[in-house]
Amino acid sequence: MPVLWLVLIILGIAVVGYVLGRSRALASAGGDSRRLHSLPGYYGANAALKSIVPAAVVMVVWLLAQPLYVTSVVSDMIPETSIAEGSSLGLVMSEVRRTAEGLDNAVGLGLMTEDFARNARADLGDITQRLRDAGQIVTSEVTQPIMRAAQQFRVMNATGNLLMTGVVLVLAVVGMLWGMRESGAQFRARNVVESGILALLVAAASIAILTTLGIVLSLVFNTWEFFKLYPAADFFFGLEWSPSFSGRGGSSELGIVPLLWGTFYISIVALAVAIPIGLFSAIYLSEYASPRVRAFAKPMLEVLAGIPTIVYGLFALLTVGPMLMRVFGDDGLGWMQSGTAVMTAGLVMGVMLIPFVSSLSDDIINAVPQALRDGSYGLGATQSETIRQVVLPAALPGIVGAILLAASRAIGETMIVVLGAGAAARLSMNPFEAMTTVTAKIVSQLTGDSDFASPEALVAFALGMTLFVLTLGLNVLALYIVRKYREQYE
Amino acid sequence: MTDASLNSVPAAPRSRSLHTVDERTRKRNAAEKRFRVYGVTAILIGIVFLAVLAVSIVRSGMPAFSRMVVEIDFVLTQEQFDEAEAQLMKTSAYQAYFNAALQESLNAAGVSVPFDESAVERILGKTGGILREFYRENPDRLGQPVSFELPASSRVDGYYKGRVTRDTIVDSRFLMKSDLDIVDAMHDAGILKRGFNWTFIQGTDSGVDNPGGAGIGASVIGSFFMMIVVLVLSLPIGVAASIYLEEFAPQNRFTDLIEVNISNLAAVPSIVFGILGLAVFIQFMHLPQSAPLVGGLVLTLMTLPTIIIATRASLKAVPPSIRDAALGVGASRMQAVFHHVLPLAMPGILTGTIIGLAQALGETAPLLLIGMVGYVAREYPDSLVAGFTEANSAMPAQIYTWAARADVGFYEKAWGGIIILLMFLLTMNIIAIILRRRYERRW
Repeated sequence: MPVLWLVLIILGIAVVGYVLGRSRALASAGGDSRRLHSLPGYYGANAALKSIVPAAVVMVVWLLAQPLYVTSVVSDMIPETSIAEGSSLGLVMSEVRRTAEGLDNAVGLGLMTEDFARNARADLGDITQRLRDAGQIVTSEVTQPIMRAAQQFRVMNATGNLLMTGVVLVLAVVGMLWGMRESGAQFRARNVVESGILALLVAAASIAILTTLGIVLSLVFNTWEFFKLYPAADFFFGLEWSPSFSGRGGSSELGIVPLLWGTFYISIVALAVAIPIGLFSAIYLSEYASPRVRAFAKPMLEVLAGIPTIVYGLFALLTVGPMLMRVFGDDGLGWMQSGTAVMTAGLVMGVMLIPFVSSLSDDIINAVPQALRDGSYGLGATQSETIRQVVLPAALPGIVGAILLAASRAIGETMIVVLGAGAAARLSMNPFEAMTTVTAKIVSQLTGDSDFASPEALVAFALGMTLFVLTLGLNVLALYIVRKYREQYE
Repeated sequence: MTDASLNSVPAAPRSRSLHTVDERTRKRNAAEKRFRVYGVTAILIGIVFLAVLAVSIVRSGMPAFSRMVVEIDFVLTQEQFDEAEAQLMKTSAYQAYFNAALQESLNAAGVSVPFDESAVERILGKTGGILREFYRENPDRLGQPVSFELPASSRVDGYYKGRVTRDTIVDSRFLMKSDLDIVDAMHDAGILKRGFNWTFIQGTDSGVDNPGGAGIGASVIGSFFMMIVVLVLSLPIGVAASIYLEEFAPQNRFTDLIEVNISNLAAVPSIVFGILGLAVFIQFMHLPQSAPLVGGLVLTLMTLPTIIIATRASLKAVPPSIRDAALGVGASRMQAVFHHVLPLAMPGILTGTIIGLAQALGETAPLLLIGMVGYVAREYPDSLVAGFTEANSAMPAQIYTWAARADVGFYEKAWGGIIILLMFLLTMNIIAIILRRRYERRW
């Protein structure tokens, strides 16, 4: 892993820079650190930062840009004619990448000389065989254009890596020398280092923006690709979901309506479980419970929020599903065909959401000032009347916010529905039937074998986009309601 | 005069004592009591759910930690070893020796059942290979009695765990109904007994038709490498971001933008992070699929908001007097933060980080999308770098893989995996609680 070595070498240069910068500054002050502008360590840190930061930035940018550039050059080399029917440029490129990797392995194992790997033109059967010997999976006989492209790919990557190593090392050394040159008694090293650190802090804080940008861009680009292959109107208003698995497209029906219906139905069942239980728990814990009961029950409910969703998923699949089958299945009422159903997933998801509703509502109910309650008691109301007619209305915006947040959790929940809700997309009112959700289909479309350029795989990004917009909308709405209608008690 | 009160009939004077309860008060009191009962019921339902969950995890998961083993004292002499090595079918020669020893110890225990070698092979699998490997590695044990513990096949295991019964068993090449007589006899003789299933803890994932040999060890290592990536990236980045936002950021649009982004990222569904990881790290950057490195990067992005929120809270809890004192003796703002505020906030930051890591450890959905499900983790990584860059599974992904397999024997493994996962989470949370109790300071 040459990149690892490069990083270690840069760090080494930085350490050398620290020591040299510090000692040079001390020497310039005649060994008396009181005559320096800053503490001696800052001169060292200055040299170290100047050797690390530019080199690291260049390295990261280079590592990101090089594959893009190489891919675009190499894919220009592949003639239209060599892309087989039903294949795509993306598939051919991954074949090229595999071949190049195979060549690397073969050279590494000593099955080929470097010169042969670079220049071999003829006898492709022999090369394919050697690649197989090197343990590389090559799907079919390597064709002439792919071989040429793979060779070009390797050469360009090798030159690129060499260039990068050179540039980065030169930058690191130059930075170190620059930092050392500056190290004199009059140089304001602390101010320079501190503004450098501030810049690093800003960069760290900006990662949040970059992540959001990454999410939005990856969703938008791929959704755009999807809508080029599949009409948007059919996606948003189609009543049928039946992707074909041949990967050819055309015969797939990719309508989102059944998935949205499944999502909403399961979320509604979940909220029907979570809202009453969560709300009444919150009321009891904040208004009635003695400190000892509260100290026991509140953490107990919050444990439910700390359990990983895969555990709930398995619980739905293996415990709740069979339990419901015993009551509502063919042996019981005969309403249920299989253990995976809207009811199974909804119930379990409801349990998972109880602490979301109860904790948030608890905080909000506690924030209602005691004076309101005292006023109500003074008029002769009982405790429950006070809660229903005074406390709850005062806390309502916050409670609605909590419920909306729980709803957004329910819509975005994946593992419970993947394991507990079934895989069939259908529009039905029967809660004992298997249905599927947006998240479950994202998983199934992206974990299959279908190629990433096909509409069957790309549809997952459109689904993800829908999910992102829905949950974001709910969160923003929740925040808005809380801010707008919150009573300010002073 | 139209004053209504003049014409209205004055209310009848109360004829009863205030101490006797009238109809209306009784109703109100009943409503009060009902309301209270609703609250208690709600909490009880929540706790009952928790209890059912816990019981079903323990009940279904504990069997994964035990398995049926045949324990037998076995002596192989040098001559027998040489003779077996000289044969063409070496492992079956060993197997013959083993069967002879097994039959002898059955006879010694006074059991007499029709003994047939193919039945033993169905019950114990091919034993010859294990024996041969052992004696080739330890030639000095030749001629000495060695106690072997050989795992019984997963059907036999299922027979003792109740998955397979005499009524439901169908004769197949895996197990015949008649084999159960031998199994019972061996069990009565004390040769076949229950042992701790080390394979489950140390082993790696097995193929789809061998639930008995499946272990969670490799995916624990995968999770471990992922958590290292998460820790190394999210702690410094999260702390740096929080320090900027809490101590240095001016009130402007850029700061607002960052704040809004962080609170939104905390609410984005985890599967969307998986899509991000797939599109950016795998499709765009061509990082290796199903590698702990990629999983760690995705989970880092998910954990950052948690760590930032916790860190900001504990930075905020450090009173301004500390900063003022540091500035007063001539520290720069940067020095005041790094030398004084940050060390005081450290316990809170570490608590938040551990809780964030625990969340990341249990997260499954994003791992499905970066390819950790299709991959069968058959091997431990063979070097430190390979641990990060080579395909592996992670605990939650492994549990999902087992739950999705057709063989019922894997369900037990999935529950067992959950017990191990929850034990890790519990440990992490307890450490966080201890840290908080021990070092939390009220100003």
